[in-house]
Amino acid sequence: MTSMVETGGVNRLPDSFGRLIDRKRRVAFSFEGREIEGFAGDTIAAALAANDQWVLSRSFKYRRPRGILTMAGQDSNTLVQIGAEPNVLADRRIIEPALGVMGQNYDGSLEADRGNVIELFGRFLPVGFYYKTFYKRGSWKFWEKIIRGRAGLGKVDLAAHHGYFDKQYLFADVAVVGGGPAGLSAALQAAEAGAEVILIDEWPALGGSLCYARLGREGDAAFNLAEKLAAQVKAKGNIHVLSDATCTGWFADNWLAIVKGSRFYKLRARSVVMATGSLEQPAVFRNNDLPGVMQGTAAQRLIRLYGVRPGRKAVVLAANDDAYGVALDLGDAGCEVQAVVDLREQVPETAMVHATRGRGVPILAGYAVTEAIPGTAKLGILGAAAARIAREGETDGAAAVFECDLLCMSTGYSPAGQILHHAGTKFTYDHAANMFQPAILPPHVFAAGSVNGTYAMEAVLAEGRRIGWAAAQDAGFARGTEPPAVTGDRGSFGQTHAWPIFPHKAGKDFVDFDEDLQVKDLVNGIADGYDDIELLKRYSTVGMGPSQGRHSAVAAVRVLAKETATDLATLSVTTQRPPYVPEKFGHLAGRVFEPERHTAMHHRHHELGARMMVAGLWYRPAFYGKPEDRDQAIREEVQAVRSNVGLIDVSTLGGLDIRGPDAAEFLNRLYTFTYAKQPVGRSRYVLMCDQTGAIIDDGVACRIHDEHFYVTATTSGVDGVYRLMLQWNAQWRLDVDVANVTAAYAGVNIAGPRAREVLAKVCHDVDLGPEAFPYMGVRLGSVAGIPARLLRVGFVGELGYEIHAPASQGEALWDALMAAGGTAGIRPFGVEAQRVLRLEKGHIIIGQDTDGLTHPFEADMAWAIAKNKAYFMGGRSIAIQTARPLTRKLVGFTLEDPSAPVPEECHLTVRNGEITGRVTSAVRSPTLDRVIGLAYVAPDQAAEGANFDIKIAGGRLIKGRVVKLPFYDPETKRQEM
Amino acid sequence: MKIMNCPLNGPRNISEFVWGGEVKEMPSGPEVSPRDWAGYVFIENNIAGVVREWWCHVPTSFWFIAERNTVSDEVIRTYPASEVFNRRVEFAAPAKGETK
Repeated sequence: MTSMVETGGVNRLPDSFGRLIDRKRRVAFSFEGREIEGFAGDTIAAALAANDQWVLSRSFKYRRPRGILTMAGQDSNTLVQIGAEPNVLADRRIIEPALGVMGQNYDGSLEADRGNVIELFGRFLPVGFYYKTFYKRGSWKFWEKIIRGRAGLGKVDLAAHHGYFDKQYLFADVAVVGGGPAGLSAALQAAEAGAEVILIDEWPALGGSLCYARLGREGDAAFNLAEKLAAQVKAKGNIHVLSDATCTGWFADNWLAIVKGSRFYKLRARSVVMATGSLEQPAVFRNNDLPGVMQGTAAQRLIRLYGVRPGRKAVVLAANDDAYGVALDLGDAGCEVQAVVDLREQVPETAMVHATRGRGVPILAGYAVTEAIPGTAKLGILGAAAARIAREGETDGAAAVFECDLLCMSTGYSPAGQILHHAGTKFTYDHAANMFQPAILPPHVFAAGSVNGTYAMEAVLAEGRRIGWAAAQDAGFARGTEPPAVTGDRGSFGQTHAWPIFPHKAGKDFVDFDEDLQVKDLVNGIADGYDDIELLKRYSTVGMGPSQGRHSAVAAVRVLAKETATDLATLSVTTQRPPYVPEKFGHLAGRVFEPERHTAMHHRHHELGARMMVAGLWYRPAFYGKPEDRDQAIREEVQAVRSNVGLIDVSTLGGLDIRGPDAAEFLNRLYTFTYAKQPVGRSRYVLMCDQTGAIIDDGVACRIHDEHFYVTATTSGVDGVYRLMLQWNAQWRLDVDVANVTAAYAGVNIAGPRAREVLAKVCHDVDLGPEAFPYMGVRLGSVAGIPARLLRVGFVGELGYEIHAPASQGEALWDALMAAGGTAGIRPFGVEAQRVLRLEKGHIIIGQDTDGLTHPFEADMAWAIAKNKAYFMGGRSIAIQTARPLTRKLVGFTLEDPSAPVPEECHLTVRNGEITGRVTSAVRSPTLDRVIGLAYVAPDQAAEGANFDIKIAGGRLIKGRVVKLPFYDPETKRQEM
Repeated sequence: MKIMNCPLNGPRNISEFVWGGEVKEMPSGPEVSPRDWAGYVFIENNIAGVVREWWCHVPTSFWFIAERNTVSDEVIRTYPASEVFNRRVEFAAPAKGETK
């Protein structure tokens, strides 16, 4: 035990390996409750591998043990649970002290899962199983619970702590995605040309494959190159490097989404270089999914990045020269290579092949691995069986079994073209290279390196420079000289085998590890008729797991091509969509920038104990008092207005200044009433309908001057009204100027029988007498020395004045009126009391008592429709609607039974089980001491005194009776005092 | 996120804009049949190809016209509405009694 801690695990290699770890700092964490010690910089998977823990998770369907596949965070084998956080990539998450890591998808324990018995029934779980079995037989209800219990990945903790997430916006002339040799040289060249460059790389250290792969016989050549390029990049002032950052998506006009830790970046670039590299692809054979079977690059990452020996005895399945780099690296790491099984009939005698031979490793050319021999409980492998390839995908003759606990697959690559896909790049299959390659790139998007099919290192560097230059030029920079075009061999040939797929008659030859799909599942799906890749994907779920087909898409399309005898060049992989890797909800939702609007009197409301409510972006007092005293407070506020005097902040009301010779004509066209002959110093109701004749807004138009109207609009409607006004006048070209002055004016309404008396104390330059300043009058004057527009309007049905003053002096206005009303006992009132007051007066609220279809006749507003106007918005629709019988009518109602509960908004009005309408507003009126409300009813139920049924909560029917509006002060004497 | 070129403010994120429907001529006057009027109010042509649309830059409330290919979602050109609407529009007063 002690020695293990000293060396950082039984599989830990000497100091010369492990670029990313710090051997001076030990980090202890737990896996499945067992304490594990690794080094700072280790990923969970690396530390576990160092300690000989190879099983990381169980597969989704068959619950097969799974281990390291890529060491690059590209597969779902390594998904683990850390506390409340499910689906953490164990091969990317860096260990921290006391991290508690658990495996996923098992009952019992990771190494002895009770659910694994399901594998025995595997043959009863064919592709399309769910559709075929559970739905067809109508037994879904029974099965759903069991299936849902088994479905999903990891455990969600509903009480999980919400972490801090934020967002940042970035701008670049050239964005380079990928910090490998192509990306580094592109960034350098673009910076050389004068562009501001942002380089995005997933890894903690720049260099990409140079950090772990082997360039030729000398083990350190690649890494030395990485160091050199990274140092050059760091020395450039105009390259900003984002390490440990993943570009998750490309969106229109080069808008990149980037996740780095708990920050979400949105980067806008003039041009983008995609140097995202390629993904090594697994070979398909029996038991290719078991722990111990991994990609060659995964073994190299373990060795060089983390200093971990990936196994004791290894077999390498090869189809390219990189496989021999893997064999050499394994040997250097003290792993005995039993054999290289090469799918190629002719193995070119390269330097690395020669060196491999030189180490006495047998090379079996023209052979394939037919199966991995599982160990106990399939927790690892004991060997690999290899046989001679007879024809594509088939072997014959006796299999040779090599004893090994590690089987590396190095049979080919596929471009990591996901983000290029997002940008609309078309990929076509290249029969010479046996790979899909980007064919046509969209404007301002460039590709370099192996994502573009360029593998030979000199060509990669040259292409990076060339493309970096092109991207900078595209962004408007061209300092220096243009690098030469890349000529000669790009190295795309011989990297990837055409058919690394060897189906086994006993199955478990997995194409998709996420979804446990075997070759026969795809073959059966195709036979079932799903012979288009997009259909096959959805039917079989191939590529729909967490790794999104990164390792299965190409194999799936190969199987499809073969089964349907189609040329691969006419097919494509399924469409890739953002995000490339999962984004957390926190990244998307964390820290949104939602503006709030506060009125000038906001602080005063708080001081007075107001409960605020949201109205659009605005905050308004709902009522003043403690939440538990809500009803009492509202009642008292209503009573204050009815019997004494109240003050409400109406600053959120929309205000529009309409100026110019055509101001009246402009209003005539937009509102239903007429304004040409409206006298200066008077206000008039405005009702706006859209072109379908539906009511969309209301307010008053105050004529301040012949050519100047001050028009109010609803709080939530004003922005739309303003926009409509401008859109129409962009066509009409009337001589009028429209300004949205909502935020420029604060406003209050002082209302109640003593309103005049209070206002008179602070307003000396306007004659407030009832004859001099009658109801619907408008005056300009000053209140407490503050210039103001005074409006006598009557939304609450009492003597009242709306006072609109510059927002900068809103608080002073409020203070002056509160002080002036002190002896009278003035009371501030909120939106809730105002709603009661207006309902008592029978005034409708647009959007509450109207909906998207309400036309003026339904709401009894025919009085507001002008006759004989040449045109007004919605006029033609209203004329057509009026020629037809009404289908519903908005009426005032009360309840027959005074003790019946208050109906709620949207409770239905019904007749013989048929819906005739709905309640839009209802309250128990403190003034009238009965329930009053507004409701839509059938036209033949709309006569005064008619009864109708309201279906309230619980389905109970209560009787409503239509009453004439307004409920309160029917002669409207009080507001005209 | 897409970028749109506002003729007044230059290139801006598309989230700063709202769409205002296709540019179409309003049939005017009480003689317009209900069918024609309903066609104007409710029916969008929704063609696959280049359309002329109203767009508004919200922070500045500037309305302009964009020519957009609905197949490729490519904005081909944007220009002030005055390029199309360059004369004052008048509506004929209705004849007496014609109020239906």
